[in-house]
Amino acid sequence: MTSPEVRVLVSSGRHPVSGRSGAAREDARAVEMALALAGEGVTLLHAGDPADASLRYYLGMFHEVPGLPSVGRVGRLDLLSMPAESDATSLLAEQLRHAGASLVLTGMRSEIGEGSGLLPYLLAERLGWNLVAGVAAIEHCDSESATILQALPQGQRRRLSVRLPCIATVDRAAPAPRQSAHGPARRGQIRVIEPQESAGVALDEPRGQWRFEPARVRPKRLKVVKGGSARERMRAAASTGGGGGGRVLSDLDPEAAADELIRYLESERVLQ
Amino acid sequence: MSSGIIVRRDPRAERIRRNRLHPRHHEFCQPAARWMGPNGVMRRNPHTVAAIGPNGLRRLDRSGATVTGGPSLRSVNDESHEQRRQVTLESPDFLVAVVPECPEGRLSSHDRDLFGLARQLADRDPASSGAVVAITFDHNAPELADAGADRWLALDDDSYAGYSPETRLTALETVARSWSPRHWLLPDGPAVGSDLGRRLAVRLAGLQPGSEEARAAARVWQVDGDHCICRGGGEHRDIHRPLPQVVLALAECAEPVSETRHEARPITLDTAPVPSIRRVTDHGRVAVDPSCIALDQAPFILAGGRGIGDWPGFHETARLLGAAEGASRVAVDDGYMPRARQVGATGTFVTAGCYIAVGISGAVQHLQGIEHCQRVVAINSDPGCDMVRRADLALIGNGDAILAAVAARLEARQHEEYRHDVA
Ligand SMILES: Cc1cc2nc3c(=O)[nH]c(=O)nc-3n(C[C@H](O)[C@H](O)[C@H](O)COP(=O)(O)OP(=O)(O)OC[C@H]3O[C@@H](n4cnc5c(N)ncnc54)[C@H](O)[C@@H]3O)c2cc1C
Repeated sequence: MTSPEVRVLVSSGRHPVSGRSGAAREDARAVEMALALAGEGVTLLHAGDPADASLRYYLGMFHEVPGLPSVGRVGRLDLLSMPAESDATSLLAEQLRHAGASLVLTGMRSEIGEGSGLLPYLLAERLGWNLVAGVAAIEHCDSESATILQALPQGQRRRLSVRLPCIATVDRAAPAPRQSAHGPARRGQIRVIEPQESAGVALDEPRGQWRFEPARVRPKRLKVVKGGSARERMRAAASTGGGGGGRVLSDLDPEAAADELIRYLESERVLQ
Repeated sequence: MSSGIIVRRDPRAERIRRNRLHPRHHEFCQPAARWMGPNGVMRRNPHTVAAIGPNGLRRLDRSGATVTGGPSLRSVNDESHEQRRQVTLESPDFLVAVVPECPEGRLSSHDRDLFGLARQLADRDPASSGAVVAITFDHNAPELADAGADRWLALDDDSYAGYSPETRLTALETVARSWSPRHWLLPDGPAVGSDLGRRLAVRLAGLQPGSEEARAAARVWQVDGDHCICRGGGEHRDIHRPLPQVVLALAECAEPVSETRHEARPITLDTAPVPSIRRVTDHGRVAVDPSCIALDQAPFILAGGRGIGDWPGFHETARLLGAAEGASRVAVDDGYMPRARQVGATGTFVTAGCYIAVGISGAVQHLQGIEHCQRVVAINSDPGCDMVRRADLALIGNGDAILAAVAARLEARQHEEYRHDVA
């Protein structure tokens, strides 16, 4: 299997508790997935400030791990230089159109800025590529198509096949990323690409009018019991969880109880 | 006694009323709504004078006019079930479209919050009333009327089954073209649930480039007038911005509808959506080893407590049921289960759709951990314990014996299937 060309869109993240800048967790998983899939054919891509130091973290992941495809060379990052308040979509789309990559991996949402998770969709729409969201694993990938495991709620998985070129967003459920090492991070190459005049970096107008504030703590929803007598409301407030109204079956021998349990699980479609 | 009413005293009746042992006491004390007290003060019996008011609450009218109970003499306090006001809307001025996610064919609480937000937007201006349109890709969504939908568009073609974002997107686009809803509300969750909303947002934005209205707001957690608050990336920032056309809202973005019931009148599209080419093929669910799923994500859990004597049998039953294993703290402390499997306040808060508790008494610390489980089955020898009270189905008996019988049945069934497959 010739390894496909894979681009990974990365941006810096913030630690959820300390707020320190570093790698974004989903982006790091996307890099890990790309390295495990394509090894040498991986190039990172970022549009933003060339002085961002946390991008080196991803380059530090380009080292050999036993049992996975060889990385073979130092990491490469193409950095499309642009001011922070402009719109990255058109720059990235142009770059991807000419890059010759057929598979693009990225996280579900960025951890800084708006974090709306719309960028992969905008890129897919503009390039006319396919898009698969919430990837947990890529089982197979050749130059034509890819077979993907999609993460669903409650730990479930769904198998999809998609034709390339494709943009895939990587879910938290994907395998944990390898450690970043200092040496490879230092040696990694960052190629800064200045935008051509014709490309015309569009300033993000509407966003200028938004108000950014430190996140407020969301109010905890109270359990409100409507109507009823004071006694009922008091009892509902004091009780833990739902309850009451359940069927209680006593005086069953174990065989009958087992039948009853299996019947219940089948009627609730827990058991097929 | 300025009212001028001459009240004649009846000393004998008063005596009998005071004497509860008098043989005719009941006869005399019943009808007295008002009587002269021993000190010459007029006494009233509020229990006979009061009547049930229009809101169903008992009211004491002090004006002197006798209020007799109207047609409804039942007070709200007697009623255990809630009453919802029926709302019908004939000609709405605008539409608010909601596309609930309906995991497993039912409305989730997130979907209900979304409908609550939709009602907030539709009913904001009393002068122009909006209708909430629910668009589902499933035939049976019975709770839509209670959730707050005025209209219901069911797209239940086979082509919408499974992961079919392209066909669903073209259907929504057709809705947008024929009805042009003022707002679109879709859930924004952690996993793929938010996929369709983002596709729609990008597609609709492409139709009207450059307009600020068209720029979707993701991760909205509060809407206030015509502004909304979105949670920014990494949970560190809030973004205040004008409310756009497409809103992807987080759970608990609004209170669910609880006071009204709506029509959920089925409607259909005049123009059928153009079938789109499927570029992503869905090969269906993949069997996942339940022991590999993190406990807080597991959909089906078999949990054991101190009442379990036969642990190898417990593990075997969990394997045959295809359930993840959980445990109470006592089972963990006694060394029968690893710490990571403990359910409860100091363990894991689980969200399973079905939770079977065997030999667990249901201490508060344990019940806190299973608050979000939809169905709970208790197997316990003690019919009076709290777990039995919490359970939807409780089987009273010896846990080990019941689990062994379940395992025997499942094993026999698997053998049969195997023979069936071979034959
Ligand atoms: C600070 C604190 C935190 C705690 N946190 C947790 C927590 O996170 N999670 C947790 O689980 N606990 C927690 N606990 C402990 C909790 O209070 C209870 O002690 C514990 O949950 C009881 O476990 P159990 O139900 O297995 O045992 P028991 O309460 O002893 O109940 C055993 C049950 O098994 C039944 N039984 C016995 N024999 C059989 C049989 N043969 N067949 C069927 N049924 C049988 C009995 O009728 C009884 O109902 C905490 C306690 C404290 C003080």
